[in-house]
Amino acid sequence: MPLMKVIKPGFQSTIQDLGRFGFSHLGISASGAADAVSLRIGNLLLGNDQNLSALEMTLIGGEFFFDSETIVAITGSDFRPMVDGNPIPLWTSISVKAGQALQFGMTQAGARCYLCIKGGFEIDNILGSSSTHIIAGIGGYKGRALMKGDEINFAGNNFKNFNSLKIKNEVVAEIMNNQKIFVTNASQTEYFTKETLNLFSSSAYLVSEETNRMGLRLTGPMLTNINNKDIITEGVSLGAIQVSHDGNPIILFVEHQTTGGYPKIANVISAHFHKVGQLRPRDEIRFSFVSIEKAYEMRMHLESLISPMSLASA
Amino acid sequence: MTEQLTKKYPYIQFASDRSILIKIGDEISREIHERVLNFFLLIGSAKLSGIQSIHPAYNSILITFDPCIIHPHEISESVKALLTRESSVNIHDPRIIEIPVCYDEEFALDISVVARHNSLTIEQVIQIHSQPEYLVYFLGFSPGFPYMGEMPKEIATPRLQTPRIKVPEGSVAIGGDHTGIYPLSSPGGWNIIGRTPLRLFSPDKEEPTLLKMGDKIKFIPITRKEFEELKN
Repeated sequence: MPLMKVIKPGFQSTIQDLGRFGFSHLGISASGAADAVSLRIGNLLLGNDQNLSALEMTLIGGEFFFDSETIVAITGSDFRPMVDGNPIPLWTSISVKAGQALQFGMTQAGARCYLCIKGGFEIDNILGSSSTHIIAGIGGYKGRALMKGDEINFAGNNFKNFNSLKIKNEVVAEIMNNQKIFVTNASQTEYFTKETLNLFSSSAYLVSEETNRMGLRLTGPMLTNINNKDIITEGVSLGAIQVSHDGNPIILFVEHQTTGGYPKIANVISAHFHKVGQLRPRDEIRFSFVSIEKAYEMRMHLESLISPMSLASA
Repeated sequence: MTEQLTKKYPYIQFASDRSILIKIGDEISREIHERVLNFFLLIGSAKLSGIQSIHPAYNSILITFDPCIIHPHEISESVKALLTRESSVNIHDPRIIEIPVCYDEEFALDISVVARHNSLTIEQVIQIHSQPEYLVYFLGFSPGFPYMGEMPKEIATPRLQTPRIKVPEGSVAIGGDHTGIYPLSSPGGWNIIGRTPLRLFSPDKEEPTLLKMGDKIKFIPITRKEFEELKN
């Protein structure tokens, strides 16, 4: 079977799909692509099912050798992709010949870049998903990030009549804009004083170095003014912004612990999860509250972009 | 849509644009636990479309849904309707799960701390810890981790000043007046008093966790030799 061999793994490269749902009551968070929109669009470009597994790279990309021809699409942040040393475009389906290698470098903007492949990688599902969950040590390739020498099979295909497609520029621009992150109320928003809520939505926060797929710790004005600090441990949602007793907010992300005992000031809207997945340490962010209705509207708009209407000939 | 003003449980609120939180009560108690378990089973058996996960806890249930399949207001109405029906589902008699624990000092790194803190002998700590049937209130936090109650106060011991970087898989521990089991090796700040050879999380099994909400746990002291035999 055709295979891809890891020559250099990069900083943290994992196999991801859209996540493992339905096991939070057993303590297992969904995991899945940190920027699911880029993964879905990569699969769209290849005519794949949107949930097929792809390679997620973080901050520094790797180098991968292909022993058979295939078609790939690279989406997300610009990690300076090249085929055998020649630059190739993002957001475009590209043919790779047998014996060629794909090289990625340092990110030029956001945190994550996706290498999607025609037909997906051949990865066994664990609990219904191929996503790597690093903390639980399950899914993906042996439940871990890729290492030098790893070999992953992918679906073989006949690529005779290949027409390269790309995503329209204006769609890419809209998806990748990293302006304000919108949030809705969370289950304890009313525990915070009005002043604290104003401080939260009017200040800039910096993403700290303590940032990974589990969560993003933020630094900025302390959110200490809380009417009620005593929370009985409860289930937490992806994108919840939890405030620890010292007043520092943390965004719970794709591999979050399924329960939390700290109050949550807000929750990132689902139409902006992918923006969180592109945040790097030292990035500055600002938050803005919207209603559930507005969040729903924005989500539906985002969904409308992930459609064949966004494709054009390359 | 928060119905907190009425202070009437259960009330439901959005936790995000794709999740709703049902509050069943305002404290940790066996009575509320039973209502949570009842609603958890009820919501699960209703098979509402668009639901991605249902996470029960001490006094709440978090429902995550896919807004592309069901509108947030629609699911909140459906769940409200379910809750007002308040019909009860059949809750099976709790399973009693025996968990063998080797309290040997090789594993029980902090058992002498627990003994000293409570002016007990190590034998007394083992005896007190393995006496009760502990209720699994729910699973959560990390894969297969049980939130258990209620541990006898005689062996309560504050958490370590500095958490360990790595607590081995299967470690049985005391943190404050709680006891717990680490299903995976992970960082942790509880006092380790023993280790079980059983696996609490087996992702390749159809039922990936040894325990489930509502189980009763009984710790059975075993020797080092029995530990090895059970491990294999």
